[in-house]
Amino acid sequence: MSFPATASQTVGPYFSIGLSYLNSVSVCAESAEGEHISISGQVLDGDGVPVPDAQLELWQADDKGRFAGFDPGESGATAEDFQGFARIPTDERGVFRFHTIRPGTVVTLEGTSQAPHIVVLLFMRGLLKHLVTRIYFANDPRNTGDPVLLTVPPERRQTLLAEPTAEQPEQYRWDIRLQGENETVFFAY
Amino acid sequence: MKNKISPFLPLRPGTQPDYLHPSYVSSILRSPRQPLIVVPQTLSELSGPVFGHNGFGEFDNDLTQQHAGAPLGERIIVSGRVLDENDRPVSRALVEVWQANAAGRYMHKKDQHAAPLDPNFSGAGRFLTDDSGYYRFVTIKPGAYPWKNHANAWRPAHIHFSLFGAGLLTRLVTQMYFPGDPLLPYDPIYNCLNDERAQQRMISSFDLENTVPDTALAYHYDIVLRGRDATPMEEQR
Ligand SMILES: [Fe+2]
Repeated sequence: MSFPATASQTVGPYFSIGLSYLNSVSVCAESAEGEHISISGQVLDGDGVPVPDAQLELWQADDKGRFAGFDPGESGATAEDFQGFARIPTDERGVFRFHTIRPGTVVTLEGTSQAPHIVVLLFMRGLLKHLVTRIYFANDPRNTGDPVLLTVPPERRQTLLAEPTAEQPEQYRWDIRLQGENETVFFAY
Repeated sequence: MKNKISPFLPLRPGTQPDYLHPSYVSSILRSPRQPLIVVPQTLSELSGPVFGHNGFGEFDNDLTQQHAGAPLGERIIVSGRVLDENDRPVSRALVEVWQANAAGRYMHKKDQHAAPLDPNFSGAGRFLTDDSGYYRFVTIKPGAYPWKNHANAWRPAHIHFSLFGAGLLTRLVTQMYFPGDPLLPYDPIYNCLNDERAQQRMISSFDLENTVPDTALAYHYDIVLRGRDATPMEEQR
């Protein structure tokens, strides 16, 4: 190692002029294989005020646990209609919403399996570097063996769980709280 | 092709800002209060999106050619390399840039600075690095602009950079500054590191070699993304 990494700086208030061309509402096409779901929620600051100028970047595996552009070996490549990435801005009420499929299990480097999850990178004015978190699914029995969830203190795990809504079980709710009670768990790697 | 999966090395202390930096007022209500939880790296973060030219426009690497007329301001060429911490080029990295116009005004509905918009300058571009990690784009030198952080606060001239390298953990958003800018010592965003050398790495250098006589000045800016352990592990099955 010879050169230290360049420092992160905030995206500031005007990032949409440079980044919004990649915005979408879907992680994959409607035709993608798997259980189609939608997830929505709100980003809230330390005063509980909605953040209208946040951006989420999502990255997830397909229903067989494979990542687009990344051949995991025998299980082959992902389908054309599965991108696995989406860039989603919050609206003026701090709300985001996207469509995807429930991901499959993904192996760890040690060969154990992880519960289905979506990696979320969070950007906004006020964040000097982006935050990293994950969305898990509250009703998934595989959560109990997930090596990342197990690292999180039990009383904070629910901040990572998307809950199915009572009206429509394929619609999930997951909020991001930057501070305070139920502050979302953010990760370092 | 079989993937070799190398985990990323820890970032060196002092190279990245803390989330809470009270002199940058917006960080007070938007930075987490609980410490980050250190978790194992998995395929979910060692992989990452791969981008092509999808969504690129014809003049996304020349911000001076995106409209009928030429934008006002000092035309400049910005170029450099995207490298990892092992000094290896990062090829086909997606680089996205955005900036204010020469008067210090962004083409954004929320920017209320009483400086003129330039109908010939949108201030956004995007491109991929080549096989040597090299990038180059043409733009105009952005102006400084006032902001509400503290009394008489002005941002030094800067260009916002967003990068995707190989793997999600290389994701970086930063800002490129200009040498000799008298506003740098007063800017809480630039001064977020308490490490003068780490901060100076965000300042471009004047690049006489790449100037174009009678046409454009040039600045050089290299960007270093987080690097992987040089010895890859075989993927577990
Ligand atoms: Fe800016």
